[in-house]
Amino acid sequence: MRNGPVPVPGPVIGDHWCRGLTLVLFQFMQRGLDAETKKQLEEDERRIISDEHWYLDLPELKTKENLIAEEKSIVPCEDLRYGRVSFMGFNPEVEKLMAVMNPKEETEEDEEEEDFRKMQTDVTDEDMALRYESLVSSMKKKFAKKRERAAIDEDLNQNVTSTKRVFLKPQD
Amino acid sequence: STQTRALKYSSLRSTGLRVGQVLLPGDQFFCEAEETLSLSATARRDTAVCGPGLRRSGDRVLVCVGGLLRHKAPNVFWVQSHSKRYVPAKGECVIGIVTAKSGDVFKVDVGASELASLSYLSFEGATKRNRPNVQVGDLVYAQFLVANKDMEPELVCIDGAGRANGLGVFGSGGLMVKVSLGLVRRLLAPGSELMADLSGLFPSEMVLGLNGRVWVKSSSVQQTLILSNLLQSCETLSPDQRRALFHRVKQGTL
Repeated sequence: MRNGPVPVPGPVIGDHWCRGLTLVLFQFMQRGLDAETKKQLEEDERRIISDEHWYLDLPELKTKENLIAEEKSIVPCEDLRYGRVSFMGFNPEVEKLMAVMNPKEETEEDEEEEDFRKMQTDVTDEDMALRYESLVSSMKKKFAKKRERAAIDEDLNQNVTSTKRVFLKPQD
Repeated sequence: STQTRALKYSSLRSTGLRVGQVLLPGDQFFCEAEETLSLSATARRDTAVCGPGLRRSGDRVLVCVGGLLRHKAPNVFWVQSHSKRYVPAKGECVIGIVTAKSGDVFKVDVGASELASLSYLSFEGATKRNRPNVQVGDLVYAQFLVANKDMEPELVCIDGAGRANGLGVFGSGGLMVKVSLGLVRRLLAPGSELMADLSGLFPSEMVLGLNGRVWVKSSSVQQTLILSNLLQSCETLSPDQRRALFHRVKQGTL
């Protein structure tokens, strides 16, 4: 009746599957084993190289905590100033440079700068106040409640109507 | 004789070092003797900074120049000595004389044991095409970039950001004199009375190299000469003598 492969019974399928799995596993393990051994071999090789290849026959150097720092220059010790100076405005360029290079005078300059900044902020505050003075009415309108706002509007309208020019018919 | 000296001073050493004490080469500097140092009481036992004159050798610190022990809070120690011979140190600004041009470096005499090299590229705005105009015999104010006992010292005329900031060729119409290293340090010390006295005389300009060279320029040759002579005589004058002399100069009697 049927031409073709004979259906394989269950257990046989299982067996087949199992065999396949073991095969795969075996192969996998083999490969893994291979890689591992390879790695181990490599490590061994490396250790041999690192241990024997580059070994210096010297007494062990102990790294102690370094408590002493050496400074060859006297400039930071004595806080010496920059070596270009000009007196009584003989060379204004150098006098500018002195202020930049000598840290003490630099701080003074910083203070001056701070004062200047403070002054500037004072001015801007005044400016802000002046600016907001002109904005008071619009801000008032903004923060007013609905009824109040309506009242304000009415006021404005009344003003407008009162000042509104009306066409006057010319007399004959 | 150094050994005998060391032995002779060993009794002193055992009592501890005092700031301001005379030290001789070969003496041992004890960092442990901190309780005897007045100002270091607040300092923790962290790194001590050994300035010029103190040399580390193994785990000891030895004195390598004769002078007075100085200390700055919290933990900086150095030996203050009188000397005329300059030993290059990294970061110090010196006055050099260009003595030779060889290829891309200038050889600069800074008064040290060896000529220092100064690359033509280490000037502000210098490029391979745009060489700085430096002639043999020019004075340069330069900073040490490399200075150690085993290598040729190297100068630069720019800071880390490539700015000159006063470094470079200078010195037209002035006079350069040689003074001791100690006098230059006294002049450059913050709040120096000597500098204040000098600044009150004439409108003038000075360049002070830590190698003991001082360049002076004033509005006339006479004034320049007076200033340079005063500078050189300041070496040996006491503050009172100096004030008297400067007073006379101001009055124009000298």
